[in-house]
This record gives sequence, structure tokens and C-alpha cells, in this order.
Amino acid sequence: MSTSETIKQVNSIFVNVLDNPDIIINDKTTSADIEEWDSLNHIQLVVAIEKHFNIRFTAAEIVNFSNVGEMCEAIDLKIAKV
Amino acid sequence: MLSFNQLKRNSKKDASHLKKLKVSILAENSGQLLTLAIKGYGVEFGFDLEMNECGYNELNLQVFEPKSQLNEYDSDYIVIVPSVQKLMKEFYSKTTAEKEAFATNHINHISHIIQTLTEKSSAKIILFNYLEINDSVFGNYATKVESSFLFQIRKINFEIMKLVQRNQNVFINDLISLQSHFGLPFIIDNKFYINSDMTFSLDFLPYLAKNVMDVISSVNGKMKKCLILDLDNTVWGGIIGDDGMEGIQIGDLGIGKAFTELQLWAKQLKERGIILAICSKNSEDIAKEPFKNHEDMILRLEDISVFMANWETKVDNIRNIQSILNIGFDSMVFIDDNPFERNLVSQNIEGITVPDLPEDPSDYLPYLRTLNLFETSSFTQEDMDRTNLYQEEAKRLVYKKSFNNEGEYLSQLNMMCDVEGFNKFNIPRVSQLTQRSNQFNLRTTRYTDSEIEHIANSSEYITLAFRLKDNFGEHGLISVVILKKEPSNVLFIDTWLMSCRVLKRGMENFTLNSIMNCAKEIKAEKVVGEYIGSAKNGIVKNHYHDLGFVKNGDKFELDVENFEEKKTYINKSKY
Repeated sequence: MSTSETIKQVNSIFVNVLDNPDIIINDKTTSADIEEWDSLNHIQLVVAIEKHFNIRFTAAEIVNFSNVGEMCEAIDLKIAKV
Repeated sequence: MLSFNQLKRNSKKDASHLKKLKVSILAENSGQLLTLAIKGYGVEFGFDLEMNECGYNELNLQVFEPKSQLNEYDSDYIVIVPSVQKLMKEFYSKTTAEKEAFATNHINHISHIIQTLTEKSSAKIILFNYLEINDSVFGNYATKVESSFLFQIRKINFEIMKLVQRNQNVFINDLISLQSHFGLPFIIDNKFYINSDMTFSLDFLPYLAKNVMDVISSVNGKMKKCLILDLDNTVWGGIIGDDGMEGIQIGDLGIGKAFTELQLWAKQLKERGIILAICSKNSEDIAKEPFKNHEDMILRLEDISVFMANWETKVDNIRNIQSILNIGFDSMVFIDDNPFERNLVSQNIEGITVPDLPEDPSDYLPYLRTLNLFETSSFTQEDMDRTNLYQEEAKRLVYKKSFNNEGEYLSQLNMMCDVEGFNKFNIPRVSQLTQRSNQFNLRTTRYTDSEIEHIANSSEYITLAFRLKDNFGEHGLISVVILKKEPSNVLFIDTWLMSCRVLKRGMENFTLNSIMNCAKEIKAEKVVGEYIGSAKNGIVKNHYHDLGFVKNGDKFELDVENFEEKKTYINKSKY
């Protein structure tokens, strides 16, 4: 499980990139739950998260995230390695 | 630089009050985010771009299929974004002999695309050149192997330049300059290329979109015409008033090299046709001394159109420069090392570009180069001449300030005027003036070349073309008169027009004297003029009245016999 601090920060990135202050995400959230989360915005989200946490995702990772929880887990793993 | 996110927000803004342009995007890779970025940057440049993204990887279909999305759309601009990765794959499928001919064949294909597009529409085409990727199959030796990818891609990029030279409607978005500045690792985000076939990284897209907008904006006539330079710590290191001419840093002294190179750049701009002006808080004679006597100075007084060195505010001085040059503030760039002065100028003068110079003078020039301030969409002899005209006009106005009254000034200008009838040499310019002159044009009758030729050869008409020059240079053919012989000894002024460049020279008086001489020669009794009002020719509403014509119905009449020559400061050089 991802830390609550990580998901909080990712939440504010979603709000900022998708330009919607009402977005609230949790571990189970998928792109189907958020209207603005399409494939183009996904690219922006990934880049914004990479910059914010100073990490790099791999090509395989960004297609395999099935929900926000997995994304945050990957973030935590990468931060731990740094 | 704006972030992609800011551009995205821009693209959602209501821009309907801005100038509308229709832009088609033809991309061989995924072009959606590029399309968004260009639209967003359009707002920054004052354009409301309607984007027409034509399919994905359908370049040939969109161009050659008559009913394609591209061909059904009335584009102002067509932006072509080919893919170097796709080109590479195609290249790899060829035999060695085919590889050697690859660039030549590909250029033929591009040429065919351009020809097809330009035949069908008047849209301007913006073609991206190719990222130069060394595939490391031959290493450095690729530069010697004609069948290497690097060799062929470089050849293509070179040949594209030669191809578009011949076509005024095609422009290149020079990806290569951006590549050499940013490098491939910044330009391409590999994972998105692999996952989404997106060539350009999110961080690079704003730079790319700006580059496209630089081209579009300059084709639309938004160009910088004038570079205004501060002196102390901008053109040279140090303070001339304190350090004296020997103490300023230029050439080999101190960090003088940084300033010398900036001057070399400014000089190249001047030679390209950019007007240089100086705006400095200094005493004029002290400020001018290095321009006259310092042997390491690159810029000389003759390079500077307007030299403002005094203790007025820079805002006032730049306004003065503007009034002398009579060009828009939005076509001016002001360079000053002092953040306070920069702020004052950009706060008070709307439209002027004031780059935020880095602190270290060694960064000045590299930074200024990255801004691409002087994008242009043409470079002809005519442009150079036009700059000369501005420079001459600036010198005239500075000269004029040294006189107490208008008459004294005009008499010192040594104005000379050639007067001749229409002939095969001046007919194109004469008809161009009848087509283009709006303000000083009494009847606004437009004539084509062949109509002017007919008039020139007819015995019913007398034609006059005026060329003016003075101490400062040539104005060229600036006024046209067509006189029609009418019954009962009347000479009717069918056309009287003049270029606004030469207002307030007393040219009207000189022209009237010439008209009256013609009237006397053919023994006319009356000269008749007419003013037909248009939306733009209000400045000549009282023209005939002011010259002493008497109103009679809709027309104005002047008696030939009692005409007294008007005073003029212009001498006739031949007739």
C-alpha cells in the first residue's frame, strides 16, 4: 500500500494537470473514474509526477498501471531507492 | 518558457477577439499534443488559431486524395511534421544502391507534395526538417559512407533548404537548430515514443510550438525592425563617463570579448536590414567618442540611425526614437543591462520587447540568440533598401531639429526632383502607386499596367512622374499626375497622388507649378481638379482649396493666365 503522503501529493498533481479542483483520488481510482483522465492527459500526469518526485518511469510501467494505488506504489519504490 | 500546461490552458481560452488563422497539421507521428501546444502559443502571439489536425500518419493520403480532410479545409497554413523514425525504417528496407539514392528520391517526393499543395491552395506551408539521428551503424565513419543513414538524412536536410528557396509559399521550421541547442535526450521522451508514437517530449513542445509561431507570426507581418541598445555595460563594459574611453572594456581589455561579440551580432543585424538605435543616459559627446575614435569598436556612428544620449528618461527617448522612425513599438527590441530601466520601459511602452538579460555579460549574446527575436519571412534587396529609407529619414529628422523653422530646414535639404512622362521604365511603379496609394490620392482611380501604357501613348493625356532626392538619399518615384485635355481649353487633373513618405516637403507646390507649366505649353485656359472622398483620403480634402483653386460645383478651377508660381524648396533636375 502506498503511503498517504504520496497519494496526497499525487492528488494535487491530478487537480493541477486536469484543471479540476474537485478531483479526489484513492488507491482504487482508475482512469474510468475520472472523466478528464484520457490517454493524452495520462502523458501529462506521468511527466508531472516524474518531475515532482524526481523519478523516471519506464515505458512498461506507464502502460501497466491499472489504478492509482499501483502508480503510487511504484513512486514509493523509486523514492526509496534514491 | 511557458509550460505545456500553461499552453493547454491558453488553448481553452476564448480568443475570438484575436486574428483568426486556420492551421492544418499533417503529422506522421502522434500530433495531438503538438497541435494543442501550437494553438496555445498562438494566443501568446495574438492569434486565434483554428486547428485542423489531419489524421495520423496519413501524409500522402491527405495531400493526394482530393476529398481528404486537408483538401476539404480552407487552410491559411499547412504544417507538415514528418517522422525521422519512419523515414529510418523505410531507409533500412533498401538495398545499398537504393540507400545511396535515398535522399534524392525522397526530395523528389517532398517536392511533389509541395507542388501538389501549392497548386491547389494558396496556403503557406511550414515544413519541419528532420532530426539528425546518427544510428551508430558506422559511427563517425558514417560521414564518409554515402549509404549511411546519417549521410542521407543530412543530405535531405540540405536539399530541403535548396528546394524551398524557389518557393515563396514554403517555410522551414528548423528543427535542426533546436536539436543542436537542446539535444535529442531532451527532445524525445523515449517511453512516450514507444507507447504513444509521440516524438516530442512534453518539455520540448513549448519551444517547438514557439518556433512554429515565430514563422507564422513573421509571415503575417509581425517582425522586429529596430534594435535599441543601451551603452554602459551593454555595448561595452564599464561606464564611459567614469572610466573614460581608454577604460571601457571592449576588444582585449577585461571581459571586452563579450561586448565585442554582441556588437558584431548587432552589426550583422544592421546589414540584414534591422535599424540600430542608441538610448543611453550619458552626455552625447562623451557617449559618441568611442564610436568615432576607439579602434576596437565594431559599431560606428554610421551604423546607428538614431543616437539618443542625454539625461531624459529612457521611456521618453524611446518614444522619440519611435516618432523619428515612425514604426510600431511592437517592432522594437530594447536591450539594457539594468533591470530597473528595463522594467520602466516595459511598464510604460506597450508592445516593446525587452529581454531580461542575464547578469553575466558573457551570457548576453548566447541568451539573445535563443530568443529568436528577428525572425523574418523575406530577405530581398528591396528590404535592404527600405531600411536605408528609414535610416535616411531618421537622419533627416535629427537634422531638422537643428533648424529653427521649416523653411530653413527645407532649403538646406537640397531637394532635387526629376519630372518625366510615363515610359516603359516607370510604368510598373506608376501603376503600382495608383493601386496602392490611399491617403494622398485625390480621386483614387486605380490603373493597371496596360491602362497606364495606353494613357502614356495617347495624345489626349499629359503624364507626369516625379522622382525626389535630397542630401540624405533617394526617395524614388513618389508622385504621379495624369492630365486630360478636355474641350474648351480645359486641362482636367484625372490623377494626382503622392507617397506619404514625402509629406510636408512642399512637394504639392512643386507639382502644381509643373502642372501649370504643362497647361501653359498647350495653351489651356483652366486647370480643373476634383476631390472624390474615400475612407482614407481625408488628408487631401482641402487640397485644391489650399492651393488657391476656386470651387465651381463639384470641381475646383484654377486660371492659367493669372497663376503665380508657388514657392518651393525643390529644384527641378530635368524635364
